Amino acid sequence: MEWNELAEAQGVPKWPYPIFYGKETEIYTDVLVLGGGIAGCWAAISAARKGVKVAMVEKAATIRSGAGGPGCDHWVLTPNPLSEITAEEAVDTEVQDSGGYTNAISRYIPARESFDTLLELERMGGKIRDLDDEFKGAEFRDEKTKFLFAYDYKNRIHFRVWGTTFKPALFRECKRLGVKIYDRTMATSLLNEGDQQGRRVVGATAFNVRTGEFFIFKAKVTILCLSRPQRIWQFQSELTGFDTLRPQTNTGNGHAMAFRAGAEFTLMEKSVAHIMGSGGGFPIYGQGNPFNTWHPCSMVDAKGNEIPWVDRDGNILKNVRERSLPAPGQKFLGERSLSYAYRRPQLITDLLERIKKGEFTLPLYADLTGMPEEERRIIWGMMVREEGKTNIPIYQTYGRAGFRPEEDLLQSYLFLGSDPLRSPVLPHKRVFGEVGDCGGLLTDWNLQTSLEGLYAAGDQLFASNYHHHAAATGRYAGIKAGAEAIKRREPKIHRKQVEKEKNRIYSFTKRKDRINWKEFNAASSRIMQNYCGDPKNEELLKIGLLWFKDIEENEVPRLFAADPHKLMRTLEVIDILTCSEMILHACLARKASSKFLGFTRYEYPEMDPPAWHRFITIKQEANRIKIGELPIDFYGSLKENYESRNGDYLISSNYRR
Amino acid sequence: MKKRISATPNPITPNKPLLFEKRRCSGCNVCVDICPMDILIPNPQKGSPPVVLFPDECWYCGSCVLHCPKKGAITLNLPLIQRVRWKRKETGEHFRV
Repeated sequence: MEWNELAEAQGVPKWPYPIFYGKETEIYTDVLVLGGGIAGCWAAISAARKGVKVAMVEKAATIRSGAGGPGCDHWVLTPNPLSEITAEEAVDTEVQDSGGYTNAISRYIPARESFDTLLELERMGGKIRDLDDEFKGAEFRDEKTKFLFAYDYKNRIHFRVWGTTFKPALFRECKRLGVKIYDRTMATSLLNEGDQQGRRVVGATAFNVRTGEFFIFKAKVTILCLSRPQRIWQFQSELTGFDTLRPQTNTGNGHAMAFRAGAEFTLMEKSVAHIMGSGGGFPIYGQGNPFNTWHPCSMVDAKGNEIPWVDRDGNILKNVRERSLPAPGQKFLGERSLSYAYRRPQLITDLLERIKKGEFTLPLYADLTGMPEEERRIIWGMMVREEGKTNIPIYQTYGRAGFRPEEDLLQSYLFLGSDPLRSPVLPHKRVFGEVGDCGGLLTDWNLQTSLEGLYAAGDQLFASNYHHHAAATGRYAGIKAGAEAIKRREPKIHRKQVEKEKNRIYSFTKRKDRINWKEFNAASSRIMQNYCGDPKNEELLKIGLLWFKDIEENEVPRLFAADPHKLMRTLEVIDILTCSEMILHACLARKASSKFLGFTRYEYPEMDPPAWHRFITIKQEANRIKIGELPIDFYGSLKENYESRNGDYLISSNYRR
Repeated sequence: MKKRISATPNPITPNKPLLFEKRRCSGCNVCVDICPMDILIPNPQKGSPPVVLFPDECWYCGSCVLHCPKKGAITLNLPLIQRVRWKRKETGEHFRV
């Protein structure tokens, strides 16, 4: 029922939950996990298996929360016994694609462990094999193990999986292992030893987003799994949840609280021109296209002419099968690689020019009807159904409306100005955490951040993404954090820091001269469009920072939250502001343009000069910004560094056995 | 009898993300507890469909529908501007979601 109907019939309803503003509960745990998405659940599970007490704090409801909560169709870049590809080769796809600006540590961990992670998921009840023989005999199936593969049928490094089963399975496993789950609870700050920025993390504060009750978590070790900021450049006040790929609640809470606590970040200057977040898209995976979930779907124009596919060398492919095989001399195909080494077959690259010449007629359509039967069924029925946000919104909704994959051509919005995947967009319409890789926390080989006692996993890490990455890094961080917790004594929380945070949170419920979170987010994203668009210069970036300082002084003290839900949204937009400031500082520090970072400076037009091929780092010391740098290959030898720290694990690993 | 016309603000969002079938919904509030955006609240009248308090925040993930114990009690209602078209290959006939 709509609120208006209710209000008209019965008057404005009362807030449905009891209000406990100021009421305080303290919890002491060995390991505290902040964020109950894919990384968080895996971290909690592997820490709990070490025999330590684990508490997990989740803003939504763990059973379906997080970017990977609704589903997942592929488990990519996973070396396994059926593939010849090594972990080093798998990581190289990310290195090549990003021009080196990748998180090789956090990419190498899944390359070694995500096959084990997948097998464990199966034991918890996740479906990872075609046990019902739905695709018996298909080229993408291994008949013995019943695994299904995607994108590269020869090299078998990307699995097709039934990801709608994953999150409930993880949730059940957390409960079985005795993880204390605090749902509808938003973490708001990290607590440092002695209330000193940069010192050991000894817990966190949080509040219940329905009742407003305040929580203090005292923990020997904390694992941050709070995803990444969105709504930095683009915000639609009437459509806030409309077309962000990740849940719109991913607003950089983890980034902001770790930054305030003194943790070190990198890659914060990277952004991508993209319309995702603009409210102009179509349901994700819900339009005809040949990418990702829909690979290798045939595309036709309005007159039924098929658009040819080419390999990385521009050779026309003769049949559907060749779209999922490497070109002659090519090692293997990456899932999203743009680099020559791993680029997947794609539609002809001069398609737009040929449309302009009249050779093809818009609109284009996905033609599942002409696909081999098992390819049609696996795109429409498995990939589109198991991928997040595709089962109910697309597979079932379109099916009910009468769409039949055997007979119908699904329209594509490519070149119609509304394509959320590939259309050119205005330079100021940028995104940070919405798509691709972005800035985040820097860690060592144990996934411990620059702050002692604070680990990080999943999208909380810089240059991260993918479900398998969140799972494997969460699992790894849980093992390391659990092991550390066993050795540590009970920490001490500094009461003054708790009081400060408590006052900060509840101040938003007591304003007289009020502005709301939507006006605030609309303004912060406008500032980023105006002063951190593309290209940028020092003057613009500094005005951007000036604006945020003004807002912190004048508008933050007026931000008002009428109930605990709006208090959550209010704290989110303040975190968006903090993340925006981090981005501006990082942009000021990089005095060179880079194609790979989506970063251009008017003053430094040369693209990717070798002298600047390095990471810029950013943190706070005594509340002052401190910029640092790291060599592009700071992670050293992947194999040696990993194996020297994981000797015990190597014995049990299924990696390429 | 004249229908009373109330003074109400404009809708907060162009969209109506969820439709409830009153006869099928038992008011169990499973959807209220599953929604990752927390857009629903229980109906003050027990046993009635929940109230969509924050329709602008819907992520359109469909988790509420997926976990609803009564089939057909909730329908995810895609925004009109997100309705995609298709064409029947043989006949050229046009359709839309």
